[in-house]
Amino acid sequence: MLNVKVLGSGCANCKKLEAVVRKVLAAQGLSAEVEKVTDYAEIMKWHILSTPGLVVNDKVVSTGRIPGESELRNWLMP
Amino acid sequence: MGWLCRPFFRAKYIQKVEYPWEAAMSAPAPTSSNPTTTSTTSTSSSSPVEPTRRAGGRPILLLGLVAIGWLALYNVIEPLANWLTYSLFGLEHGSRLGESVAFFLYDVPKIILLLGGMIFVITLIRSFFSPEQTRAFLGGKREGVGNVLAASLGVVTPFCSCSAVPLFIGFVESGIPLGVTFSFLVAAPLVNEIALVMLFGLFGWQIALLYMVSGLVIAVLAGIIIGRLKLERYVEDFVWQIHSGKAALDLTKPAWPQCLNMGWQSVKEIVGKVWLYVIVGIAVGAAIHGYVPQSALADIMGKDAWWSVPAAVGLGVPLYSNAAGVMPVVNALMEKGAALGTVLAFMMAVVGLSLPEMIILRRVLKPQLIGIFIAILAAGITLTGYVFNWLL
Repeated sequence: MLNVKVLGSGCANCKKLEAVVRKVLAAQGLSAEVEKVTDYAEIMKWHILSTPGLVVNDKVVSTGRIPGESELRNWLMP
Repeated sequence: MGWLCRPFFRAKYIQKVEYPWEAAMSAPAPTSSNPTTTSTTSTSSSSPVEPTRRAGGRPILLLGLVAIGWLALYNVIEPLANWLTYSLFGLEHGSRLGESVAFFLYDVPKIILLLGGMIFVITLIRSFFSPEQTRAFLGGKREGVGNVLAASLGVVTPFCSCSAVPLFIGFVESGIPLGVTFSFLVAAPLVNEIALVMLFGLFGWQIALLYMVSGLVIAVLAGIIIGRLKLERYVEDFVWQIHSGKAALDLTKPAWPQCLNMGWQSVKEIVGKVWLYVIVGIAVGAAIHGYVPQSALADIMGKDAWWSVPAAVGLGVPLYSNAAGVMPVVNALMEKGAALGTVLAFMMAVVGLSLPEMIILRRVLKPQLIGIFIAILAAGITLTGYVFNWLL
């Protein structure tokens, strides 16, 4: 099962990132568990310095920006 | 220094991305592809992998066309504004209404074009920096040198105040001194790109430069003072207990065309956010420009009114988000006799001391340190205001 974590304390960009992720998942017909990590102590376990961070299957793939849909497809598609 | 964006010739990393301006290309007039055009294209149905050669060449060509269209537009604004005001509307040269209308019609498109163009360039420059690299670079630097570097990097590193907490924790726990971290945290919002662009557009490059340099000086000094005061005990305890280890530096980096796309996205986002403030601000500025008598404000906001600087700072602190709207008003005020130092102090208080950022930082800093932070910054800004009033 695909596991996606959106790291961020609830800023506008974090919500936007979550929405884009869900959109790509839906468009590709993928089922995934999308988690929002908002606790700073938890976020810092992923060694990131800027939010929003995106974690796909326990690997940080991007930080501090909202990736494009084509990039997201590459990370999310098996 | 590494790159967040890879150079475009590394075809390996290049994938097909959707360019919002591709739709604009098919439109007849070249001017329709200028950066302020609101795009309606969202996603294309193209397959994720396409021939890589095309993706490398086309954005450059498009960028050239957009740049030419931008320059052409920028140069016709003034004659067009004058023609509209004095010929089409038939307003009289030198009349109050005529002056105000011409001022408005010239300034609105000028500032919006400047914002669009410069935000794009700034985003591209910033894409070469990342907080991770900045942290690695600052590690082990002495106080002083470290403060200067941190403040300078604070200007170019992409930073959003919502990232202030992870950045603060990441910096501090990797051993960067508290004072150096603060130099970064002060400079990043204080030298604000929107304010910089608007100062450049409304006051000229000298004042924009002055603003940037004084912002850096304040950031360096504030960091050094906070470092000297040994305030580590006022950082929330949980920060010292986090050991997040090395930051992941081997992230997938976006390719060059995606960086252009990022630039475009941030232009859309920022211009979309501030255009209304710009228009309202310029409308008020235009009214002041046309109707308020010359040097009416010299007594209240001039050099000799000593209390005007602290008053401007006090007024600026709660006005955090309206830098774009405040600037044209301030520009018009200056024309009528307000002193430059007072005006700069006001602007810095507006952009540098933001309430939401303080609330975010409260998660990692105890109230005492927040208080000291605000006090040092406000004092620094006030002092800068006095120095410029006295110098110029």
